[in-house]
Amino acid sequence: MIKLTNVSKEYPKRGFALRDVSFHLQKGEFAFLTGHSGSGKSTTMRLIHMADRPTAGEVRVSGYSSERVTERDLWKVRRRVGFVFQDFRLLPGRTAQENVAFALEVTGTPTRAVQAKAQRLLSQVGLSTKAGAFVNELSGGEQQRVAIARALANDPFVLLADEPTGNLDERATRGIMELFWDIQAKGMAVLMATHDLELVRRFPSARVFELDQGQLVYDSTQAVEPDASPTLRAD
Amino acid sequence: MYAMREAVAAFKRAPVLTGLSSAMVGLALFVVGLFGLATYNLQLALSAIEERVEVVVYLRDDARQSEIDLLLTELADFEEVRQVRYVSKRDALERARVELPEFGELFMDSEVNPLPQSLEVELRQGFRNPEVVEKLSFAAEGYPFVEDAQYGEEWVDRLFALRRIGAASAGVLGVAFALVAALIIGTALRIAIFARRDEIYIMRLVGAKNGFIRRPFLLEGAMAGLAGALLAWSLTYGTYRGVYAYLFEIAWVPGTWVVLGLVAGTAFGAVASALAIRRHLREI
Repeated sequence: MIKLTNVSKEYPKRGFALRDVSFHLQKGEFAFLTGHSGSGKSTTMRLIHMADRPTAGEVRVSGYSSERVTERDLWKVRRRVGFVFQDFRLLPGRTAQENVAFALEVTGTPTRAVQAKAQRLLSQVGLSTKAGAFVNELSGGEQQRVAIARALANDPFVLLADEPTGNLDERATRGIMELFWDIQAKGMAVLMATHDLELVRRFPSARVFELDQGQLVYDSTQAVEPDASPTLRAD
Repeated sequence: MYAMREAVAAFKRAPVLTGLSSAMVGLALFVVGLFGLATYNLQLALSAIEERVEVVVYLRDDARQSEIDLLLTELADFEEVRQVRYVSKRDALERARVELPEFGELFMDSEVNPLPQSLEVELRQGFRNPEVVEKLSFAAEGYPFVEDAQYGEEWVDRLFALRRIGAASAGVLGVAFALVAALIIGTALRIAIFARRDEIYIMRLVGAKNGFIRRPFLLEGAMAGLAGALLAWSLTYGTYRGVYAYLFEIAWVPGTWVVLGLVAGTAFGAVASALAIRRHLREI
């Protein structure tokens, strides 16, 4: 599935963003990646999405190794990994359906199948009635649902979510979390980066990785005590 | 199909931006078009002068007709020669009377015709150069009944020096103008790409192949190039009409040049776009 082995990432000006991080995310797992701002959560997500390469160590995603995958083959990795962001990154001036259809079209879904699949994906995220609404007419929570529908377009095996509830109110956050659990229940792994520890505590069955200054300081499956996380315990 | 639809949609979504891109491409190619028009007319003027490059073989008065015929045939056999005309002493005198009326009386009064008979050797196009005229003069001068062979050595040399300078500067300026046009087109397309950076980002995010991302931009570039080339053509043609009507007589470039310009503009747009999108994809 996703395996990081002794991964380090050093930027020329910023220095180390990650240092010797190793973990293995299994198929169908739900995991939180926590840590303060600047702890390396987004860098980890980018490395898994292969938007960046590690300076040391190896990232393996569904059989593709960061050491061997070529620029030409990156699209194969990207189709196996869905990605949602805090700021949704939808195309303005297009409807919810058009945003999802866009992802399907550009990844080679046959034209006649695009609209039906886009509708099905929007239904899956509970937005079938808002398919024709323009992005700016949707609430934050609804926009994030469109982004999730788009991320599911290529039936990925894992959904990466980088602070997906960061811009949402409590009610919308709850709805998005329920959606993530639904998605995970259907067999897809979910790795969600968040600094919201309150949110993490609400889902004790989820696996938790914690980063601090680029180092993995806690993995709930490896911990001797269930509340051994330095931050979770201290909070 | 998708690429074509997206390229057309891009034109529709941002008509001002794409219109500006095409206008920039058009103005850049207009400069190239003007340069082409000037070069073509300069070439025509030089060719008109070149037409007059010929060898005149002056014959002695005592040359026999059979000897003259033999030389005429031999000269006509050179592959560089289009035709050889015999000008008798009487013809030469007639011509002198017409062409040089100020000496008319001199020619009328004279009891003896002072002008020699000659052979005028006209050359084929592409062979009107110093080397060929020198070769033919040398060949003719070998005959004892030939008085002299002339080809205006000095002005032929000057004409060809001018032609070489013309060709070299046309080449250098042509390349320079084309480079400037390429830079402008590249910049215009980079603006178009920048305007659609969100879409490109999403395409990469969801796993579109690079070729798939590039294709609409290639088409868009080609369309902007073609639109620009058409604009450049109409501006150049307008200039030609204006110069022809109000300044002096010039010739319009051949149809093949126009077609070549339109094809080159289209290809230019596509290539500049390909380079710009390639660079953009490497940066994000």
